[in-house]
Amino acid sequence: MNHLETNFYEAVSVILFGIGFMNLLLQNNLIKKFIGLNIMDTAIYLFLAAQGYIFGRVAPILTDGVIDASYYINPVPAGLVLTGIVVSVSITAFSLALVQRLYKHYGSLNMDEIMRLSREEEGE
Amino acid sequence: MEHINWIHNIPFFSIFLAMLGGIITALINNGKIAYKIHMAIIFLICIMSGILLVDVAAKNEIFTFMMGHFPAPWGNELRAGPLEALMAVTFSVVMLLTVGGGANFVFKDVVPEKQHLYFIMLNALFGAMLALIYTNDIFTAYVFIEINTIASCALIMAKGTPQSMVGTTHYLIISLLGSGLFLLGVSILYGITGHLLFPQMKEAIVELIKTEQYHMPLLVVTGFIFIGIAIKSALFPFHSMLPGAYGSATPTSSGILSGLVLKSYIILGIKLIYCVFSAQVMESLRITDILFAFGLSGMVMGSVYAMKERTMKRMLAYSSVAQIGYIYMGIGMGTRVGVTAACFHILAHAVTKTLLFLCCGSFVEDSGGKEKIYHMRGAALRNPLAGIGYTLGALSMIGIPLLAGFISKVYFATASVYSPGKMAAVLIVLGVSMVLNALYFLPSVIAIWTPAKEALNSPSPSVSPAFAVSVIGFIALNLILGIYYRPITHIIQISLDLLAQ
Amino acid sequence: MSNIEDKKTFWQKLKAWVDGEEILLNADKYIATRTPKEHKSWKDRFSVTYVKENRKLYAILSVGISVLFIAIMLSVVNALPEFGSPYNPSNNEVMVRYLEKGIEETGAINFVAGMILDYRAFDTFGEANVLFLAVMCVVLLLKKDGKNFSRQEEQENAEDDYFDTTEERPILQIGAKILTPLVILYGIYVVLNGHLSPGGGFSGGSIIGAGFILYASAYGKKRMQRFFTFRTFTLICAAGLLTYFACKSYSFFTGSNHVGYEISKGVPGDIISAGFILPLNICVGLIVACTMYGFYALFTKGDI
Repeated sequence: MNHLETNFYEAVSVILFGIGFMNLLLQNNLIKKFIGLNIMDTAIYLFLAAQGYIFGRVAPILTDGVIDASYYINPVPAGLVLTGIVVSVSITAFSLALVQRLYKHYGSLNMDEIMRLSREEEGE
Repeated sequence: MEHINWIHNIPFFSIFLAMLGGIITALINNGKIAYKIHMAIIFLICIMSGILLVDVAAKNEIFTFMMGHFPAPWGNELRAGPLEALMAVTFSVVMLLTVGGGANFVFKDVVPEKQHLYFIMLNALFGAMLALIYTNDIFTAYVFIEINTIASCALIMAKGTPQSMVGTTHYLIISLLGSGLFLLGVSILYGITGHLLFPQMKEAIVELIKTEQYHMPLLVVTGFIFIGIAIKSALFPFHSMLPGAYGSATPTSSGILSGLVLKSYIILGIKLIYCVFSAQVMESLRITDILFAFGLSGMVMGSVYAMKERTMKRMLAYSSVAQIGYIYMGIGMGTRVGVTAACFHILAHAVTKTLLFLCCGSFVEDSGGKEKIYHMRGAALRNPLAGIGYTLGALSMIGIPLLAGFISKVYFATASVYSPGKMAAVLIVLGVSMVLNALYFLPSVIAIWTPAKEALNSPSPSVSPAFAVSVIGFIALNLILGIYYRPITHIIQISLDLLAQ
Repeated sequence: MSNIEDKKTFWQKLKAWVDGEEILLNADKYIATRTPKEHKSWKDRFSVTYVKENRKLYAILSVGISVLFIAIMLSVVNALPEFGSPYNPSNNEVMVRYLEKGIEETGAINFVAGMILDYRAFDTFGEANVLFLAVMCVVLLLKKDGKNFSRQEEQENAEDDYFDTTEERPILQIGAKILTPLVILYGIYVVLNGHLSPGGGFSGGSIIGAGFILYASAYGKKRMQRFFTFRTFTLICAAGLLTYFACKSYSFFTGSNHVGYEISKGVPGDIISAGFILPLNICVGLIVACTMYGFYALFTKGDI
């Protein structure tokens, strides 16, 4: 089954996940690392949301009084993505607060610099 | 009201009581009152879980609890059997003793205006761990894994020092990587099976294996989910977050994180193996072999790194890495006997490691805040109770008879006989790691009992009664696990049989 | 640390190792004849610190791992069910019941709202808790206490407050005065109509939170603190979560044990319908609004 051409939403989301992962590993700046993590999470939500779509059907809100399951798309992935987005926002806020505290103490946003300074402090 | 089965409601009550504790504590500004409320809640949950365990083990049943008016697969569900009840009882007892004995460390390390926030996080962490033990739905597991991550990072950074911030950042990034991989696995699994609850997923996967559809996605999904769980429970190549985090947190937090939080992910993994992917699927996809290999290397490398450490807390963190390797070796053997040994080791390690961290915290306090082993000479002579606790904990880790560690090693060795291909590797590595354990524990044990050459000017410490009760409680638990282990392993065995149906 | 020259005999060295002292075996000879190492051994080549220090090697490895990952995932996507096809495994009896019996069992016209607040309400409870815990963690990190605020920051904050109260910013302030009530009203509309149209507690709460942020950035912290202090913030969050907890505990307990009274679902299409879904949406909306404003206030001022 070669569904790569039709599954382009999932393919794009997977490439975005890889880009986010590369960001996480390669960037030295802490804020850019957390942006990479955010890109990874958003890519997973795009993947999950794409599982629910069905061609030719409308959004799962009662329209024209039609109560028939073959008229609407699948509502389950939409609900799961809703939960996931809130979790992602909370975690981003928490990690950025950590970055702000680290910057206040060490004066730098560079991860290597911070590790070096903290090892020096610990060695005293 | 006569036909309400109150005992079946106990998992629901436990989870919701713990989460209620977290919400109410936000309104209370006083740290001491928050502490008392937390202890009361954990005590209630402990008693309820004990009643559940006695009932379910006697009747040998496993039951599901509908969360709401709709049965699975349309609504959420909880599932409880003897293993879940046993784990809940152990977690609540260990939590009770740790927070009771370690409360003084918390009150010293955390700023007074923010102490109640620490107890909010403890309550939420406990509620999330119970939800991971009892859940029957994979997306609920993901949401409570995230609650677990946030609460454990908060426990590490509550101390407020810059080193704890650096440790928390490292821990957070790696934990989020693990959760992200887990969620990706769950999404793909939903795409190919269409269900989110364990029983329906199991049927769908059995169907997929029979008809040989979606073979590649199923393999990748299993890989992602188990790599995600392995990253979060600090299996060998992914363990780098532990030393920085545990070394810079308060001893109470390190004890709870190392003894309980890592294990809750492993229990979720065991439930996934038996309730979603049946054991034959795991064998055919070779995941158990990979976990086995990582477990073996973790056992050796964790001990090697621990030998190089001169700070006691970091040494204990690397020792945790080695013990998690033991548990994954047991799971990786692929037989039910192996998983029984792994579950028993979960209990033994939870009881021992928290005792070690609490005694270590007491030694650091006695030495005036210095953390290197060199500065802790004679600490046990000033504080004999903590010294005896640390010595017994170390002996249990090494595997001296009469203590819990010995029984788990015997079970691992016995279990290896049932998987003939892996028996030689298991026995050799068990022996090597026992020697390595002794090599890194004995120096610290000897150091705390030798009198210090220079007279240290620290005042003789007053041992608070809570700390004494907690240390004696942990020693008693260790001895019980070491001597009366038969009923416990019997409960674990019948429960695994029930789960595998 | 004791003198290295004393530790000549084997027993003394062993005792020193057991004691945990740092000793260097034969240190004096080593220091005298030390020459820099010419070549790195093969073990050093593969250690993590070497890899990290050699930026090029680390970059190539990282890109290699990511590309490998993308390749594996693209082959998985290749084998996944076709996008948008009605015969996918995920279009099964779960979806059919949510859509066909959704209105009569939950009373909500928005099927997604019915699903997350009635069928799978335990997940949403966990999610509201995640938001609450995250804001408590940010309070733990950033709120002013004895230890984490320096004199310079106090001074900067005092200057900011002075400028906020005395500076004339007519465009911003008149704009905020007109827009904030409209934004908050729109947010309240989205929250209340969560079960009838797209929207709900989460999106409506963010809109209300954005209204608060607009007002606070135009008029300053002191004006905002006239009616929104830290005490208000904790009270609203805790009250919202407690109401959610009470509603859902009742619902789970009565549902699972088949006791108790059924909450009437009302007429579908009315504002007051769908059982518990409307109060739950309001609770979630309040929590999200306070949380969004709380994040903004803690990040800029260190105090709510």
